[in-house]
Amino acid sequence: MYGLGILKGLGVTIRHFIDTYKNDVFYGFNKGKPAEEFGVRQGTKSEGIYTVQYPDEKVAVPERFRFTPFLVVNDADHPDAPGEDWCTSCGICSKVCPPQCIWIVRGTDPATGRPVPQPEAFFIDIDICMNCGFCAEFCPFDAIKMDHDYEMSNYDRTSVNIHDKERLSKPFSYYRSIAPTTAEEEADARGGWEHTDVIKEKKKAEAAAAKAAAAAAPKPAAVPVAEATADAAPVAEAVTAPAPEASADDEEQKKAERLAKREAALARKKAKGE
Amino acid sequence: MVDYEVQAPPTTGSAQDAAAYLKAKFPGAVSDDTRPGFQGVIVEAGKLTEVAQAIRDELGYNYLSSATAVDYHGAGDHMEMVYHAYRISGGGALNFKVQTDREKPVIPSLVSLYPGADFQEREAYDLYGIHFSGHPNLKRILMWEGFEGHPMRKDWKEAYYEGEAKPFDSRWPSGWVHRAEEKNIYGSNVRYPADFDLSKLADRSDEAVYSSASIGVDYQRMTDPDDIRTDQLVVNMGPHHPSTHGVFRMVLKLDGETITGLEPVMGYLHRNHEKIGERNTYLHNIPFTDRLDYISSMGNNFGYVMAVEQLMALGARYTAPTYRSEVIRVLMAELTRIVNHLWSIGFFLNDIGAFFTPMLYANAEREKILDFFEATAGSRLMCNYMRFGGVFKDLPERIRSTANLMNDKIRDYNTMEFLSDMINERLPRFLEEYDRYLTGNEILLERTVGQGVLSAQDAIAMSCAGPLLRGSGVAYDVRRADPYSIYPELDFDIPVGKQGDLFDRYKVRMDEMHESLRILRQLLPRLEQTKGEDIMVGTKAYSPRIPQGEAYGRVENPKGELGFYVVSWGDAKGTQNPWRYHVRAPSFINLTALGPMSVGQKVADVVAILGSIDIVLGETDR
Ligand code: SF4
Ligand code: SF4
Repeated sequence: MYGLGILKGLGVTIRHFIDTYKNDVFYGFNKGKPAEEFGVRQGTKSEGIYTVQYPDEKVAVPERFRFTPFLVVNDADHPDAPGEDWCTSCGICSKVCPPQCIWIVRGTDPATGRPVPQPEAFFIDIDICMNCGFCAEFCPFDAIKMDHDYEMSNYDRTSVNIHDKERLSKPFSYYRSIAPTTAEEEADARGGWEHTDVIKEKKKAEAAAAKAAAAAAPKPAAVPVAEATADAAPVAEAVTAPAPEASADDEEQKKAERLAKREAALARKKAKGE
Repeated sequence: MVDYEVQAPPTTGSAQDAAAYLKAKFPGAVSDDTRPGFQGVIVEAGKLTEVAQAIRDELGYNYLSSATAVDYHGAGDHMEMVYHAYRISGGGALNFKVQTDREKPVIPSLVSLYPGADFQEREAYDLYGIHFSGHPNLKRILMWEGFEGHPMRKDWKEAYYEGEAKPFDSRWPSGWVHRAEEKNIYGSNVRYPADFDLSKLADRSDEAVYSSASIGVDYQRMTDPDDIRTDQLVVNMGPHHPSTHGVFRMVLKLDGETITGLEPVMGYLHRNHEKIGERNTYLHNIPFTDRLDYISSMGNNFGYVMAVEQLMALGARYTAPTYRSEVIRVLMAELTRIVNHLWSIGFFLNDIGAFFTPMLYANAEREKILDFFEATAGSRLMCNYMRFGGVFKDLPERIRSTANLMNDKIRDYNTMEFLSDMINERLPRFLEEYDRYLTGNEILLERTVGQGVLSAQDAIAMSCAGPLLRGSGVAYDVRRADPYSIYPELDFDIPVGKQGDLFDRYKVRMDEMHESLRILRQLLPRLEQTKGEDIMVGTKAYSPRIPQGEAYGRVENPKGELGFYVVSWGDAKGTQNPWRYHVRAPSFINLTALGPMSVGQKVADVVAILGSIDIVLGETDR
């Protein structure tokens, strides 16, 4: 029969229409909709259309999501070096950046004129950044990471879109809050939650101490070596051990920070509205 | 209407045999390319037409995949045209080259033998200034006529030129930032050819407009009040037209409603991708390939890393990518095919008047796959996922998000469950429903059956690729014809059409999605088995040295055969930047068939015909 194909098709559209709204009707048009319902709706089992009412609702982005880069610095309450840059200004990110939008001024010691492992200035031209994530991927010190904040529109690109070091720097705890799993993997690879250099220093110190102990001991060489390696294992553990504690602290801090951020954002919103 | 054929294995000899035959037949005019890492033969320019004739008719290399130029400025000082021809029955390439002088480059045109060389020769003329004697319509194709110079020549410098090769020294260690546009202000960096009359641009008269579109409009006759024949009408569609899928322009010559001529005008999105690619290091190019066909960036990555891996394999220390990384690559490539076909079928239906509802349903499925891409690669479209020797990172354990902006809503799924739900349940169910929804629809059938027909011979001759070629009944698919990665061990068929009309192309795309699902179902157990294995070989080098040589890596991208011709030259120890980086873009070459398919059709059909080719302007214009 001519027209049967069209009728069948209309059946499909009606089906979709009903599927889209039946959940809303079930939950009384969003009143009393449980929070998990969002994930179900966005998942593979959903039926009907599942659009999100941006900006009232936003889909949180996954960990690996990349927008523009930021620089990792120590937290403000870091015991030894609060706020210190992780970047050693090695320049790899600027070389690996495809559109060449990273500009780094390597720091020099004013007394000796020798380079120091700290950037004096660090710029990223966000207009040019193509959000590729290479800088984060190839930085050997985990010092530059991809941010999740994609709401960066502004009215004047010439004055705001070159981000300097101050604008780029964000505390390590922020990174852990946006990418907990990746941060943990990276910490495992480094051997601890600290910066690679700090860990190295610590290990060196431990090794030196072990060596000194071995030299002091009047025993044949073979035994102290074994002892030293036996010592080294707990040492390595000791480095990673504070992690759970730190993570509990971090949890707190993360919360506080999120709260602060939210408040600041609210304030901005309000200011804009007025 | 659609039946299945499995590609027959190549039966007629290797490229070496073909080269030997040519050398014997044309003594003195054909010689081996003996540069280290290079393949194929070098043909003397004067004999090119004859040799090409023998290659096509006697040796059976009837499909000219790619024709492109290379400028060896400062390295032999000659220009070279490189052709890659294939047999449509499958097998490897016969690569032949012609060399010519840099100052006065002239090469015989191959358009009469391989009509698919038309746009590619025009591109070489436009970007390199090579003259093709005998070309029927040799004019610029990507740049406009007011453009000075030939931008792909090695000695041509772009408006914001900074250096020959990245990385630039000014970035580190004393990288005090500046903007290129502040030092080199727009307007002071624009040049016009000496004989170019700028005042011409202000002329808006009909005569000027019609004569600029060189499709043989007889302006005199059009305006002659005593002529009683039907008015010929020229209609300009685009570049800003919703049906052209981007900034693409078609100049149509109409007799009543019937199309009597069509001239595609492109290049509005041209950014000289290849020049950028030659300034870049090898690694830099990966995210740039995302921007070609931005609907299927995973496939683009795949083709490019394959080409560079071919070059790396010429060196001493090379290990092929691990099995798991190949499985993941194919997983991504097939998901991309589904993503692309959902998109292209949705828009095709838009084009024929099924306005946006089918598009929206298809997009809803596509979104889920993009969610997976986002969780794995970090981005929905610009995936930048593959690396030389592997992929960026293994699949994540969970597709999970953490709230960190205001109003954020959280999702959390197990990746493998998500994938298996998509592949085994959701997508098959959707395809079945879509079939019910549309395939039998009478209006759809009226609009598509018997329209925009392209014969198999024409499709091969015009170097068409992908669903356009297969819709015409040619079972040519690079995954079978010249297999790569783990495709040989996978079980799938190649859907083909019979008539080569719009419906066949639609149906081929639908069936290809089913076939992709079949492949994906075979990948799931492989993913489970290889869990925890390495996804990279060795350490990731940020600036690998690539041995000298040439490579042509091609993959069956959703839109057709995507090829990357990469040359590493200039340093015997290996190079860090490609000497030549060329993209054989299916969206670009498939457009060769647009004019021939449209002539004789009604003007309303041209929209559908263009939609059925499935182009993305990021790749067409490069
Ligand atoms: S690669 Fe890392 S450590 Fe090196 S300059 Fe860049 S951010 Fe700093
Ligand atoms: S994300 Fe890519 S483009 Fe952006 S700064 Fe990093 S390397 Fe450069």
